[in-house]
Amino acid sequence: MGDTLETEGRFASAVRADAPPAILLQDVNKWFGALHVLRDINLSVATGERVVVCGPSGSGKSTMIRCINRLEQHQQGKIIVDGIELSDDLRSLDAIRREVGMVFQSFNLFPHLTILENCTLAPIWVRRMPKKEAEELAMEYLERVRIPEQAKKYPGQLSGGQQQRVAIARALCMKPKIMLFDEPTSALDPEMIKEVLDTMVMLAETGMTMICVTHEMGFARQVADRVVFMDRGEIVESGEPEALFSNPKTDRLRLFLSQILRGH
Amino acid sequence: MSDVTLNAATANPEAAPRTAPVATTGALAWARTNLFSSWLNTALTLVMAYLLVRWTIGFIDWAFINAIWSVPMQGNVPQTQVCRDLEGSGACWAVIGEKHRFILFGTYPYEEHWRPLLVCALFIGLYVVSAMRRFWSWVLIPIWIVTLTVIGVLMWGGILGMTYVPQERWGGLPITLILSTFGLAFAFPLAILVALGRRSNLPAIKTLCVLYVELIRGVPLISLLFMASVMFPLFLPEGMNIDKLLRAQIAITLFAGAYLAEVVRAGLQTLPRGQYEAAEALGLSYWQKTGFIILPQALRLVIPPLVNTFIGFFKDTSLVLIIGIFDLLTAGKTAIVEPAWQGFGIEVYVFVGAIYLVFCFAMSKYSQGLERDLNQHRRR
Repeated sequence: MGDTLETEGRFASAVRADAPPAILLQDVNKWFGALHVLRDINLSVATGERVVVCGPSGSGKSTMIRCINRLEQHQQGKIIVDGIELSDDLRSLDAIRREVGMVFQSFNLFPHLTILENCTLAPIWVRRMPKKEAEELAMEYLERVRIPEQAKKYPGQLSGGQQQRVAIARALCMKPKIMLFDEPTSALDPEMIKEVLDTMVMLAETGMTMICVTHEMGFARQVADRVVFMDRGEIVESGEPEALFSNPKTDRLRLFLSQILRGH
Repeated sequence: MSDVTLNAATANPEAAPRTAPVATTGALAWARTNLFSSWLNTALTLVMAYLLVRWTIGFIDWAFINAIWSVPMQGNVPQTQVCRDLEGSGACWAVIGEKHRFILFGTYPYEEHWRPLLVCALFIGLYVVSAMRRFWSWVLIPIWIVTLTVIGVLMWGGILGMTYVPQERWGGLPITLILSTFGLAFAFPLAILVALGRRSNLPAIKTLCVLYVELIRGVPLISLLFMASVMFPLFLPEGMNIDKLLRAQIAITLFAGAYLAEVVRAGLQTLPRGQYEAAEALGLSYWQKTGFIILPQALRLVIPPLVNTFIGFFKDTSLVLIIGIFDLLTAGKTAIVEPAWQGFGIEVYVFVGAIYLVFCFAMSKYSQGLERDLNQHRRR
C-alpha cells in the first residue's frame, strides 16, 4: 500500500461492491422553512468507500451528511444506514448513531472533561464497556492520532489541530463502521490542517467507510474513491477525483473549481 | 589604594547625598496614588476617614463600653430600668442573655431545648459534609435521609423516652433551617426538571413548565403563603388536614423552584449547540447527554446566580411570620413583646441579623471557592 502511495499519490480502493451499501439516500428532500436545502438527493456509498463532498457554501453538503445520523431530519425520501432505515423510531436511531462517528468543524469536545474522559464516556455508557477497557482503547486511539501525552489535559489546553485529532479519536473509540467529517479542517489555522489531514489519510488506509465534506482538494485526490459535487441542494456531478477535477462536465463545477484553485 | 578611592568619593562634589526616590510600591505609595492624588481626593478621603472613625467609635461605645450585659431579677421579673436609663447610648445585651433561648427555639418546651439545639448542629454538620467534595458521591443520599429522619424524630419526639412536641410549638432557628433546607433540597431538582421541560420538544410538557414558572413567578410569595395557609384547606375534603408548616414548606418549595428554574434555563441556553450535537452523535441517550454533558457545564456557569437565589430564599423563609409560623425572625419579634423587654428591638434584630449573616456569608464564600475549583478547565 505504501508503494501505491508513493508511485501514484493515492492508494488502492477498499470498496466492497458486492456487499449492500453502507449508506443509501433515495430521493431525499429537506426544507428549512421555505428554503429547499436538499433536492432529490440520491447517493449510495459502498462499505469501505471514501467519498468527498465538495461544493460552494450553502450548497447543502453539511445538511446532507448531518441527515445521515439525524442531527437534521429529512422530510421526504429514504435514508438507510448500515441496513437500518432512519425513522422516528428512537431505537433504530440509537443503533445508527452507535455505528456512525462524526467529526465537526468546531471540534465540539466536552470542555469540562479531560481528553481521556472525552474518549471513554460514550464507550462506557453507550457500549457498556468496562472503564479500564475503555481507557485502554482510548489510549490506543490517542496514540494513533499521536497525542497520548495529552490524555490528562482539558480540551482548552490543546491547540485546534490537537483538539480535532482528539475529536477523531473520540469518534473512533465507539468503533464505528462509518465516519462522517463535516469540514474538519475549516476552523483550523493553516499550519494545523496538515496534521489533521494526515490523521484522516491514516484512517482512510484502514478501510473505514468515510464521507467527508471538505475543500481540501489534495486530500480528495489522495484518498477519495469518489468526489460528489453539490450546488444549491443538488448533487450536480460525481465521479473519480482525477476525472472530475480535470474534466468537469458542468459550468457550475468549472466555476467552483476555478474559485477553489484561485483561493489556494 | 582603597584610601585613595574613598577620599576621592567624598571629595567629589557631585556625590552629595540625594533624597530617596519616591516610593512606587508599598502602603504609602498606594495611599498616595489612590487616596491623596488630588485636593478633591484628599478632602474626600479625610471626610470619609472622619465619618468612619466617628461611626466606629460610636458603635464600640454602644455595643461594648456603655452596654449592659445583665440585669438584676426581682422574682421572675427582670429589672430593666438600668437599660432604660441609658436612653439608647448603650446596648442592652441583657435582653439577648435573657431571651436568646426563646429567639433560637421559640415556644419549644424549655427543658427540651437540647433537642432543637442538636437539630441545628445536625443541620450545620449536614451542610459541612455536603460541601466537602470528597463526600460528593452516592454516599450523600443515605447521609441526608438518615440525618433528616433523625431531625424529624428529635423535633417531634414521642419515642425513645422523648416527650411528644406538636408542630405548633416548634420555632426559631430550627424552623428557618427546616424551611430553607427542605425547600431548596426539593426546589433545586424540581427547577432542573422544569428548566429541561421548558426546552422540551414535547408541547404538553413545555406548556406545563411555562405555565408553572409564569404563574408562580407572577405572584408574591406572601400571597402564595396565604393561599397555602387559608385557601388550600378549603379545597380539602372534610376531616383531612395537612399541617401548616408542611403547607408553607410546599409553597416555599414551589416558589423557589420557579425562580431557580429560570436560572438553570439561562445556563442551558449559554451552551453552544455543538455540545448537544456531539453528545447525540456519540449515541448518548437524552438523560446521559443531560447528566454528563449539559447539566455539569450549565450549572457551573450559573453558580453565582444560583447562590444568589439560595441566599435570597434563606432569608425569604422569614415571610412565614405572616401565617403565624415562628421562624427565627418571628421568634425574635415575639421575644420583645414582654413588657419588661419592650423597646429593645435593635439588640434583638442585631442578634438575629448576625445569625442570618453567618449562614449567608458562609454560602457566599463557599460558592466563590466552588466556582474557582469547578471552572478550572476554562483556564489555560
